[in-house]
Amino acid sequence: MIEGWNLVIGIEIHAQVNSKSKLFSSSPTDFGSKPNSQVSLIDAAMPGMLPVINKFCIEQAVKSGIGLNAKINKKSIFDRKNYFYQDLPQGYQISQYKDPIVGEGFVEIETENGQKKIGVERLHLEQDAGKSLHDQDPNFTFVDLNRSGIALMEIVSKPDMSSPEEAVEYVRKVRSILRYLGTCDGNMEQGSIRADVNVSVNKPGNELGTRCEIKNLNSFKFIHAAIVYEAKRQIKLIEQGESVNQETRLFNTQSGETRSMRSKEDAHDYRYFPDPDLLPLTLDDDWIKGLQESIPELPDKIKERFIKEYSLSSYDANIIVSDKATSEYFEDVVKNRNPKLVTTWVTGELFSILNKKNLIIEDSPITSKQLGELVDNIENGKISNRQAKEVLEEMCESGKGALEIIDEKGLSQISDENEIESLVDNVLNSNPENVKKYKNGKDKLFGFFVGEAMKLSKGKANPKIVNDLIKKKLSQ
Amino acid sequence: MKDSYTLKSLAVLLENNKISSKELTSEYLKNIENGKELNCYNTISQEKALIDAEKSDERRKSQNLRSKYDGIPIGIKDLFCTKGVTTTASSKILSNFVPNYESTVTQNCDDAGLISLGKLNCDEFAMGSTNKTSFFGSVKNPWKSVNSDYELVPGGSSGGSAAAVSGDLCVASLGTDTGGSIRQPASFTGTVGLKPSYGRVSRWGIVAFASSLDQAGPITKTVEDAAILLDIISGHDEKDSTSSVNPKENYYENLNSDIKGMKIGIPKEFRSDKLPASTQKSWDECANLLKTNGAEIVDISLPHTMSALPAYYIIAPAEASSNLARYDGVRYGLRVKGNDLIDMYEKTRSEGFGDEVKRRILIGTYVLSSGYYDAYYIKAQKIRSLIKSDYVEAFKKVDAILTPSTPSTAFEIANEPSDPVQNYLNDIFTVPVNLAGLPGISIPYANDENNLPIGLQLITNSFEEQKLLNVAKNIEETINYSETPEKWWLK
Repeated sequence: MIEGWNLVIGIEIHAQVNSKSKLFSSSPTDFGSKPNSQVSLIDAAMPGMLPVINKFCIEQAVKSGIGLNAKINKKSIFDRKNYFYQDLPQGYQISQYKDPIVGEGFVEIETENGQKKIGVERLHLEQDAGKSLHDQDPNFTFVDLNRSGIALMEIVSKPDMSSPEEAVEYVRKVRSILRYLGTCDGNMEQGSIRADVNVSVNKPGNELGTRCEIKNLNSFKFIHAAIVYEAKRQIKLIEQGESVNQETRLFNTQSGETRSMRSKEDAHDYRYFPDPDLLPLTLDDDWIKGLQESIPELPDKIKERFIKEYSLSSYDANIIVSDKATSEYFEDVVKNRNPKLVTTWVTGELFSILNKKNLIIEDSPITSKQLGELVDNIENGKISNRQAKEVLEEMCESGKGALEIIDEKGLSQISDENEIESLVDNVLNSNPENVKKYKNGKDKLFGFFVGEAMKLSKGKANPKIVNDLIKKKLSQ
Repeated sequence: MKDSYTLKSLAVLLENNKISSKELTSEYLKNIENGKELNCYNTISQEKALIDAEKSDERRKSQNLRSKYDGIPIGIKDLFCTKGVTTTASSKILSNFVPNYESTVTQNCDDAGLISLGKLNCDEFAMGSTNKTSFFGSVKNPWKSVNSDYELVPGGSSGGSAAAVSGDLCVASLGTDTGGSIRQPASFTGTVGLKPSYGRVSRWGIVAFASSLDQAGPITKTVEDAAILLDIISGHDEKDSTSSVNPKENYYENLNSDIKGMKIGIPKEFRSDKLPASTQKSWDECANLLKTNGAEIVDISLPHTMSALPAYYIIAPAEASSNLARYDGVRYGLRVKGNDLIDMYEKTRSEGFGDEVKRRILIGTYVLSSGYYDAYYIKAQKIRSLIKSDYVEAFKKVDAILTPSTPSTAFEIANEPSDPVQNYLNDIFTVPVNLAGLPGISIPYANDENNLPIGLQLITNSFEEQKLLNVAKNIEETINYSETPEKWWLK
C-alpha cells in the first residue's frame, strides 16, 4: 500500500449466531425489541441462576467451523472472563479461552495477485454483553440487557493479510460463508458482524512491528479506512524516530481517525478460569459427521461449478457467488437460458436497479421468474436490448410481467423476415440515386438505408435482420 | 413439645389426625418465638406458614395429599431463593432481596407439601464455620458445656439450620455444604447432617458460593429423616448442567441397617495427637461396634488428605470471587451511591460484604490473577485430582470410610480464634469429601466430658447415598444416642 513498507493485519470477527434463543438461556434474540423485554433470570444474573448450553448454538458453531475448513474440537471448555461493567450482569462473560470449539482452518480470498489463503486460528463461542445507553439521562447510564447472553462466534484469523483490500475481502468472505451456512445473518448495520483489526507495519526484511488493535468496526468501509489511517499513523511515528505503543484504539467514523483507548499496561487481567457451572463440552463423532453431510454447497464450490457449467468468467462468478441469495437468483434465471445474457442482466441492469433503490436481492422488485421472462424475450428477438431496459424499468415500477408490458406498449420487435424485406425493398426502391452512389463506393450511405428502414418500422424492426437484408440486397 | 418429633413420627401423627398441620406449625412458630435468643431465623414466615398449613389440612381432608409428609413444617437455610420471601445469604448486600422465583430444592419440598417456617441464619454467603460472619449476628448453640455458662458456636455455615433442629425450632432443615457446612454444625449440635454426592441435588436457585463444591442437603434428628428429606429434594434437574442423570434410589424405603460383610475403612491420615481424647475414643468405639455388627475394619491410606485444606482455600475463594461479582449494586440488593460507576461499586461492595467474604474475594482474585494462576489455581486443581484418586483407590478396598466429623466439639463464641487459618482447620475432616464430590454424613455418637455432642463422619463412593445411610442407620440403632440440650433459653 505504501512504498517500502509491509503491512501485517490480523482480524477478530465477532459474528452473532443465528439462533432464536440465547447461548445459555431461552430468552428470544429479536433485534430492536423494547429494552429489557428479552431478559431471563439467567441473563440478569439473579442469585442462584445457572447457565444451560443451547445445543442449537453449538451446532451453528460447528457448522461454521466446517465452512471455514477448520478442525472441530471434540472437547472444548467454557471459561469465565472476569471484569466489572454495568452491562455485564454476571461480572464475567462466559467464553472459551484455552480450549475453543473450533481450531485451525482457512478461507480463500481473491486478491490482485490471484487466490490467497488466509489462516483461521480458531473459532470460539461466547456471550454478548448488554448495552449501555449514556444519552438517556444527564446523571444516569441506562442499561438494556436484551443483548446480554446472546451467542457470538469469535473468529480469529492469523496475521495473514497485507493490505486493507485483503482485510475487507477476508471479512466479506467469512461473512459470505456464514450466510451460506445460515449460522449468522451477516447484518452489519444491526451489529451481527463486528471486527477488531490488528495492524502493524515493518520494513521488508525487518522483524514485525508493534501492533495496535482497532476495536469494533462494523462496516467494510470503516475496516478499510481504519487500516489505512492506522498504517499511515504508525509509519509516520517510525519515520519520525518514535515507536509504536501496543494499545487498543477506537476508530472515529466521523473524522476517519483512530485514537487510543487503553495501553497494554492498562489491559484488564480477566482472570480466566473454567466455568464450574458448565461441564466440558464433548462432541460425538457421528454427530459431527451428520453436520458435515448437511453442509450446503459453499461459495468456492459454486464458483467453480458456475465457471465450468456456465462458462462464466472468474470475475463474474465471484460477484455472483459472493452472496447466497444472488447465486440462487442467478441459478434460477440461468436454467435453460443463455448464461452470458443472464449474467449481463443480473450483474448489470438488475444490480444497478437494486443499488439505486438501496435494496438487497432478497427484496428485489423483480423476481427471478420475471427476469427470466424478460431475457426470453430478448433471446427470441421480440425486443431489443434497449427496449428491454425500458421494460425492466416499467416492471420495477408497476410489478407487471415483461410480456404484458411489451404488449401494452406495442414494443414487440418485428422479426418477421418477409415483413422486413418489404420494408427494405420499399426504402431501396424509393432511393435509386443513393443506391447507385453506394454501389459506386459511398459506403457511408449504408447507415442511411438502415435508418430509413427503422424509421419506416417505427423502430420496431429487428436491427440485425434489417442490417443483414440491406447488405444482402445491395450486394446483389 | 415432644422431643421425639421426627419427620417419620409427625407423618404418623398427621395421618392419624392426632394433630393438624396448623397446630403443628403454630407449635413450632411458638418455639421459634420462645427461642429468639438462639438467633436461628433471619426471617420467620409466620403468616405464610399458617396459611400453607391450613391448605395442607384441607388437602388432608379432601384426601389430596402431596406426599406422606404433607403439612410438616421445616426450616430453610437463608441461601435458598424463595419466591416472595426475603433471601439474604445473611449478607447486608442482599438484605433487601426478595426473589420472584423458587429454588429447585425448596420447590421440591413444596411439591411434597412441606411447609416453610422461615429462613435460617448462616455464615455470610456460607463462608465460615462458626456462624459468626452473618450480618444478622451469631447463632447460639442450644448446647452448653456442663462446666460453664458461656455461649457456644453452633458451627457453620449452616449454623442456624443445625441449631434450629437441635433446639426444636423445626423438626428438620435444609442446609448447604461447600467444605463441611452441613456436617460440621450437625456435629456441634448433636444432629444428623448429610452432604449428598456432587450433582445429586440441584443447585438451581441456591445463592452460589463455590459452584464446583456446593451441595444442598438435610439436617435432621435421625438417619431415617435424612433419608426421607433426601428422597424429597434430590434428583436430576435440567436447569443445572452439573446435576446428575444417575437415577436416584428410594432411600427411605430401601434403608437397611444390615452391614454384615461390609468393609469399613479407617484412614490413618485422619489420626492426630491433637484430636481430643473423647473424640478419639468415640471413633475407636464406633469402629469396634461396626466390627461387632458384622463389618470388617480395614486400615486405609488417603495420602493427600493434608493437602486438601490448602487446595480448598484456593479453589473455593477463586470460584467465590467470580460468583460474587454479580453483587454490584446495579440490578438488585444494596446500592450505595457513588460519584461514578467505579465509586458506586467500591462503596456498595465495601459496605455490603463482611470481612470474611472480602477476605475470600481477595484471595480468590489473587489466585486467579495472571502470573499466579498456575502456581495456585492450577496446582490446587491438581491436588484435587490426587485427592479424588485417593478415594477412588480406597473405595476399591472398602464400602465406607469412618472418621471424626470435626477436630473438636463446639467452642465458645467469644473464643473464636482470631487467626482465620486456625478457623479454617474446623473443616479439615470434611473438606476432602467436597473436593472429591462424595457423599458424607455426620451422626452424633456420644457426648464428651463437657456434655457436648461428638459427631462421626461416614463417607462412601459417589452416588452411594443408600449405602451411606445404611451404615449410619446401623450405628444409630446400636448406640441409640438420645441426648438433647437443656433448653436454657426458655428460662
